[in-house]
Parts: sequence; C-alpha cells; structure tokens
Amino acid sequence: MTRQDAFSLSFRTVVSYRLRAILILLAMALGVAAVVVLTALGEGARRFVMNQFTALGTNLIIIIPGRSETAGGFIGALVGETPRDLTLDDAASLTALPGVRRFAPLNVGLSEISAGGLLREVTLAGSTASLIAIRRMRLAQGSFTADNGPNPAEAVLGAKIAHELFPKGNALGQRIRLGDRRFRVAGIFAMQGESMGINTDELVLIPIDHAQALFNTQSLFRIMVEAESRSVIEPTKKVIRAALKLRHDGEEDVTIIGQDAILATFDKILRALTLAVSGIAAISLAVAGILVMNVMLVAVSQRTTEIGLLKAIGATHTDIRNLFLLETLWLAVAGAVVGIILGYLGSLGLRLAYPQLPAYPPIWASLAAIATALITGIAASILPASKAARLNPVLALSRR
Amino acid sequence: MIALTAISRIFTMGDQEVRALNNINLTIAPGAYVSVMGPSGSGKSTLLNLIGLLDQPTSGTYLLENIDVTSLSETDQARVRRERIGFIFQSFHLIPRLTAAENIELPLILDGIPSAERKKRVRAILQQTNLLERADHRPSELSGGQRQRVAIARATILNPAVLLADEPTGNLDHKTGAEVIALLENLHHQGTTIITVTHDREIGARAHRKIQMRDGEVVSDD
Repeated sequence: MTRQDAFSLSFRTVVSYRLRAILILLAMALGVAAVVVLTALGEGARRFVMNQFTALGTNLIIIIPGRSETAGGFIGALVGETPRDLTLDDAASLTALPGVRRFAPLNVGLSEISAGGLLREVTLAGSTASLIAIRRMRLAQGSFTADNGPNPAEAVLGAKIAHELFPKGNALGQRIRLGDRRFRVAGIFAMQGESMGINTDELVLIPIDHAQALFNTQSLFRIMVEAESRSVIEPTKKVIRAALKLRHDGEEDVTIIGQDAILATFDKILRALTLAVSGIAAISLAVAGILVMNVMLVAVSQRTTEIGLLKAIGATHTDIRNLFLLETLWLAVAGAVVGIILGYLGSLGLRLAYPQLPAYPPIWASLAAIATALITGIAASILPASKAARLNPVLALSRR
Repeated sequence: MIALTAISRIFTMGDQEVRALNNINLTIAPGAYVSVMGPSGSGKSTLLNLIGLLDQPTSGTYLLENIDVTSLSETDQARVRRERIGFIFQSFHLIPRLTAAENIELPLILDGIPSAERKKRVRAILQQTNLLERADHRPSELSGGQRQRVAIARATILNPAVLLADEPTGNLDHKTGAEVIALLENLHHQGTTIITVTHDREIGARAHRKIQMRDGEVVSDD
C-alpha cells in the first residue's frame, strides 16, 4: 500500500464515522483551546502587571529609610526599622552623583482640604517638580515648579478633587486650605485613573518643604531616583548607598530597591503561574487522549470482520496498524487545528471583554499544545492499532 | 499446485485438544475444480483457511506452487494471499462504507498499484461481471447476488492462482446461487483453480473432484 493510499483510505474512514469523528475532534480541540486560552490569560496577567510597573516610571530606584535584612523584598522593606531619618539634605546630596538623572524626595500623608465651605480628606503628597517627570504624571492645567525649597505655597489638585471643590471648573488660581495652611491652586492633574495603588485623580501635590512643615517632620517617606539608563541602575544603587552611608556616620541604614529587581520578581512569579495553569489545561489533553484510545479500541472491535477481510485479501500487519494510526492522526491534527482556532478566538474574546488585559497566547504555548495533541493522539492509538494488526483473521471473519 | 503433507491442526480449548484436521495428505492440480463437503465441524473450513494462509498448521508441510508457504514471514504470506489466493465468503464481507467499485479496488490498493491503472482494471472487471451500473452503490444498496458478484470481482481482480469459496451460495436463493456458481465455473474455464466448501449437494456435485470430510479426515476423494 502506498503512503498516499493509506492517507486517503484512513481519511475516508474518519469521514464516514461522522459523529465519532466530531466528538473526538471536539475533545481534542477543547484540550488544545484550554491550553491556548489559559496561557494567554497568564501571559496577559503578566504583561498587565509589567505595564503597570513601567507606568510608574522607568529606571526607577527607590530609597526607603531603615534597613531590613530581607533586601529586595518590598514588604520586608516597609516594616524595616528606622534608626535614622532620611532627610531633605540626604536627597539634595544625590544631585551630583553619577548615573542619577533626577530625583524626587517624597512625603505622603492624609490631610483635610477645604475651599469655599467644602471640606474633605485627601491623600497629600509633598515633593518637587521632578516627581511629575519621574512618575510620568501629566498636568491638565497650570504648572508645578517646586524644588527643594523654599517654595511658594502652591498646590496641584487631582482632577476629581478639583471638580468636587470647584464644580464650575475655575479651580486654577483659587485659594484652598490644607490643614491650617493656605495654598494657591497652581495646577490640576490630568485624569489618569489608578496605577499601582496611587490614584492621581484624588491626590493633592504640594512642595516638599510645605509638606514637611504641615506634617511637622524632618523625615522623608522615601526618595524616588531616576537613573540615566537601565544599565546604570546597579552601579547607581551602589554609588547612592555609599554616599548615604558616608552621610549617616558610616552606617548603612537605608534600603535601596531597583525597579528592575521588583519587576524580575513579579515576572518570575507570573511566569510560574502561567506554567502551572497551562499544565492544568494540558491534563484535559491527556484526558482527551484516553478518550481517543477508548474510542479506537471500540472501533477495532466493531470493525473486527473488516480487519479479518483486509487480512484475507492480503493486508500486512503494518498496513492495518498504519491505517488505524493514521485514522487517529487525522483526528488529532484536525482537533489541534480547530483547538488553535478556538483558543485564538477565546483569547480575542478575553481581550475584548477586558481591554486592559493583553491576553495574547504565546507562540510557544500554541506549539506545545499542538505537539501535545499529536503525541497524545498517536500514543493513544498505538495500543488499538497493534491490537487490530494482531487480530486472528479466522476468528475475525467467523463473526457474522 | 497445492500439496499438503501430513497436515494436522489442533485447537486447545481449555485443557481439551480438538483435532480439527488429522493427518491430511492432499494434492490439487492447477486448474482443478474441487468441492469439499462434510457435516459441520468436519474440518472443511479449517482446511480452507489453511490453504488460504489465514491459519497455520500445527504440523505438516504445505507447498503452494512449490513454495513452502508455512515458513514464510508474515509479510510474505500477506503478499501470497494478495497475489495468488482469492477468498469468497458466505456473508460476502464487503466494507459497508465503500462503494462496489471501491471494494473491488481494495486488493489493488494493498498491492500498491497506481490509481490510474486501478481505475482501468476495476472498470474492466465491472464490465465482465455485469456490475457497471452498480459501481457507485454501497453494499447496502445491492442485492445478495450483486454483493457476491462484487466479492468475486474483488477476489479475482489480481488474477489469483486459486479461488477459495466458503459456502458461496449459503446466503443466496437458488436462482442467484446458480448465477454465482456459473460465474465461478466461468473463471474455472479460464484456468483458475477453484475450491468450494459447501453444504449444498447439488453444488458440490458439479465439481470435477469431490472431497468428503468427517472428524478432520478425508473420507472420500473422487
């Protein structure tokens, strides 16, 4: 039997058992589609988190007062003890360091804001104009020009705050009161929504010196530093650490986190998650494989006389085994193709339903799903096919 | 052409041994027309299966066209079945999802003959067996006589040396049975060796050589 004849003969067999073919194909296709969609989901989640991080700014270095032993861990750094304050002078000392493009000292706290008889509580950030550049914030109106101080008493309002206090939209230039201090509205943030837990729509930004006076503190919450490029993040961290150590009487009492380190950690976690999820999906492919084996075993016993006849008219063991192997191969190939189509449609649906989630199935996952479908299909048909090939023709033909 | 020497075939059922064939010695000349008769369980079907290489003897030697076919490999035996032996069965054994023409084509496919040549040969044999207008019908759409004619066409398309028929008229009425026998006898006139296993005395009597079997042994041969 030529290869071409074997292919076309087995294809005709597959087509003639339509319901059986559709069911097996569906089982295979769903398995493949599950792998594709779930990896797309995992990848989408990973990219979503990565995008959020880069929206924070790029080449970021964050200096936090206090030193914790679990260096690099975000949570550990937050609960670290604070033996010595991080001051505005510490921040100013970074100006001349190599690798530092810009830096912004930061104080954050809650305060009451009032204007024209209206009053509410807001998150108040004190910093310099550099913060706007580092954090990629955008101003819709006005400007913010604060440096390390002393600065005029000016504030930038989040879009929502501005709208609440000045519903007529004439916020710029107006007077507001923060705590017991008066400020002039110098700018309004553009609507940006929430990014990594900070919602600029409900934020009020004032110069750092006024914030320190308002909160009655000399200590900074943290210093945000933007390095000149990704490659100098590590050396710059070293330089900053050395500089601050010198200023703090030789004691290393700050935690310095590079953005790339946090990124890498999240990247690792989410990649592992994607793998785990696609592994679970792959189990459904294995189940489909067992189904295929069962159906093919049934096919062999249903077609016993046919197999006997093929032997009587001169089919070899190899011919018969190949016919049954090819039958499953057709089904597996068709299942994989349909599954890929379903998977990509499913991912498209996900992207339409959640536009923020870039749920694109990765190529490697699609290839792995196809390969798994083919391998399972072939593996599942080996037993039925060799059973068919070994059938005793006399017994096979005697069944009427 | 067929030479069986001291052939025995023993089946083991549980701890019981059944001698389906007991020390058979038989020679069949090329072009012979032989009928094998006997009661059920006399071993006539086993003999046919053995000659057709579907079964292996427990002991003895079998020469087909001077070749010891029992010692051939599985693949070579399949080739001998394909090219030198034709089978016809009581229940026709056509593949239900293939048309008459495609059923007849199967041995040619197994033999690796190119498609164009296959179509030509199938058409020729359809014409000979008067089945041309039924070529694209499935077995379920054919009468019993037509089905058996398709089966005969399939068995003879590769011009086998010997045609083995196991109760070829068993599922047919008298008239269509007679037509099928006429077709077989026509093939005999063209030089094919024919061995028919049958219960039907009338059909058995038409053969030139009549073998009677009982309990796995040949009891008469004339």
